[in-house]
Amino acid sequence: MIRSFGPAEFTFLVEAARWTVLLSLLAFIGGGVIGMVVALMRVSRNAMLRNIAAGWISVVQGTPVLIVLFLVFYGLPFLGLRFPPLVAAALGMTVYASAFLGDIWRGCIEAVPRQQWEAASSLALKPAQRMIYVVLPQAVRLAVPPTVGFMVQIVKNTSVASIIGFVELTRAGTLMNNVTFQPFWVFGSVALLYFAMCWPLSVMSQRLERRLHAGRRS
Amino acid sequence: MPSLVFSDVWAQFDTLLSGLLQTVWISAVAIVLGVVIGVLCAVARSARSRLLRVLAAGYVEGMRNTPFIVQLFLVFFGLPGLGIQITAIQAGLIALTLNLGAYSAEIIRAGIEATHRSQIEAGAALGLRRRDILLHVVLLPALERVWPALSSQFVLTMLASSILSQISVEELSSAGALIDSRTYRSMEVYIILAGFYLGLTMLFRLSFDLAGRFLFPRRRAVAVRR
Amino acid sequence: MPVVVAEDVRKSFGSLTVLDGVSLSVSEGELIAVIGRSGSGKSTFLRCLNGLETPDSGQIIVAGHALAPGEEALRALRQDVGMVFQSYNLFPHLTVGKNIELAPRLVKKIGKAEAADIARSVLAEVGLAEKYDAFPEQLSGGQQQRVAIARSLAMRPKVMLFDEVTSALDPELTGEVLKVMEGLSRSGMTMLLVTHEMAFARKAASRVVYFHQGRIHEQGPPEEFFGAPKTPELQQFLGAVL
Ligand SMILES: Nc1ncnc2c1ncn2[C@@H]1O[C@H](COP(=O)(O)OP(=O)(O)O)[C@@H](O)[C@H]1O
Ligand SMILES: [Mg+2]
Repeated sequence: MIRSFGPAEFTFLVEAARWTVLLSLLAFIGGGVIGMVVALMRVSRNAMLRNIAAGWISVVQGTPVLIVLFLVFYGLPFLGLRFPPLVAAALGMTVYASAFLGDIWRGCIEAVPRQQWEAASSLALKPAQRMIYVVLPQAVRLAVPPTVGFMVQIVKNTSVASIIGFVELTRAGTLMNNVTFQPFWVFGSVALLYFAMCWPLSVMSQRLERRLHAGRRS
Repeated sequence: MPSLVFSDVWAQFDTLLSGLLQTVWISAVAIVLGVVIGVLCAVARSARSRLLRVLAAGYVEGMRNTPFIVQLFLVFFGLPGLGIQITAIQAGLIALTLNLGAYSAEIIRAGIEATHRSQIEAGAALGLRRRDILLHVVLLPALERVWPALSSQFVLTMLASSILSQISVEELSSAGALIDSRTYRSMEVYIILAGFYLGLTMLFRLSFDLAGRFLFPRRRAVAVRR
Repeated sequence: MPVVVAEDVRKSFGSLTVLDGVSLSVSEGELIAVIGRSGSGKSTFLRCLNGLETPDSGQIIVAGHALAPGEEALRALRQDVGMVFQSYNLFPHLTVGKNIELAPRLVKKIGKAEAADIARSVLAEVGLAEKYDAFPEQLSGGQQQRVAIARSLAMRPKVMLFDEVTSALDPELTGEVLKVMEGLSRSGMTMLLVTHEMAFARKAASRVVYFHQGRIHEQGPPEEFFGAPKTPELQQFLGAVL
């Protein structure tokens, strides 16, 4: 039976978009926690930690999100772990986000002027105290705009989780397309819903970026 | 923990290789066409015509705020609905090109905005035609300035081409999926795919670095500094 | 017993020799003015004294601490050595009060109330008691530099190092900073300062040291140093700057 694409079908997509939001949030939280560890390892004085973090960043950044998700999706059962699709997708997205956030935040930490590090050292602060009380608070300010910008990438890339079978917005669109055969309306609506989620974040990121620059110039 | 057995997968090396080549040429074509669109669009965003500016901005924002896979489905499933018949590869190329076009437009625009007004005025004072000023004083220096950012975007385009496997374009990820279905060695297949993509990423980076030095002689001179 | 002892300190950056055997001994309460051309190694020497740079060879003892590799030893030394930089380097995200209290609280584990008392008293010392709640960016350059001095003082250092602390200031703001430093010296603080303020060096220093090509080329009490420079290099340098 062929359904036509109407309000009920659109509502179905909106409801699926909630899973996109949830998956994005999980990816952001997971990626944020691991990304913070990656960023700190990347700027550590221990060469081995630095190299591990650098390797993690370049391997994940040099691999398609699709392959990262597949590796996690097949890798977990391979290690004897079984998870529902949402958790598998969230773990895969966490891997992806951790590398990019780790790299972004490393840049922000290193952008804190060297003199600030030296002033903290001269006051006999321990490296951890210097990081927590002097460097990170300044790095956070720099990190907010690019981090909000990266959230757009996270939301968009959750669409790849549709390929490993998690029913979020894109997957819902594919299912809907299979029953309505109105791809233009279906995927047009899907695109619109993504746009509604992503565009405000993009605008916010740009505004924050401008404000940061304006603040630093004065 | 089970052990990894790669031999079954390596036995299908031919399939991997043809997928790899397909990924390389699809990416190469999309990159060339995407930059052309990017340049046109970046110029359009500072055009005198308001309509042109709005259209260009709408295109860029629309592409940058929706997932590539949805763009791909719109092209592949949507265009035939409008009576336009296309193959999967064509659909993939169109989607990749349009996607990169929007991102590179934004990158190039940033490069253009960093060009000093005084440079343009100097060009005008020398009696250069508007078109020559645009090309030699604005565009080429802008491209040169943002070449590293563009290169990263090109790599992302290559990585995004893996999504074309979803409309059965026979590129590298499809080749992997095919081998997976023949051997049931998913883990091994995707480890090898990751390795291939990593290799491609490095190869692309290297090529763009060399291409940059060839295209922008000044980069060659200042390469020592970086 | 000297407070600062440097013996045959050498330091190179790659093939560039920056310190080529510097020896200096500073007694308690002295104010040493270090002068010399840009690039002669003055900053590098000062930074060696609190371990921001590690010498390639030579010996450094500051306030009884021998400069030795190792995080703990370095921190012990730095607790007794204050350093003030040309670019102030206040922490922009913290108020003046918090800037000053940070190290006493974290390093010396002093309680909140006591740290605040210390902050208010060192602020009063530099004449900025009313700026406790201000943020650095709300202050003039001269005020920021005085806060930076107060921040160092709060650790009750035995030696203070100043690296061109007035060079970034507008001329009309240098006076207030120099006055604070003069007061500090009069109260008995041992101080080494790299400076271009020859008049100040002449008036306040107990000894002036001339750096030339990574060595101490000439030194002496200000009267003699400025009045009768012995080496042609110093004569030429003074001729150019005075
Ligand atoms: N971290 C460093 N790496 C390389 N060269 C340096 C470094 N720090 C200082 N130098 C060089 O050492 C020389 C002396 O510098 P410095 O001690 O700052 O001189 P001064 O303070 O007398 O102007 C300069 O040529 C400077 O460029
Ligand atoms: Mg200096």
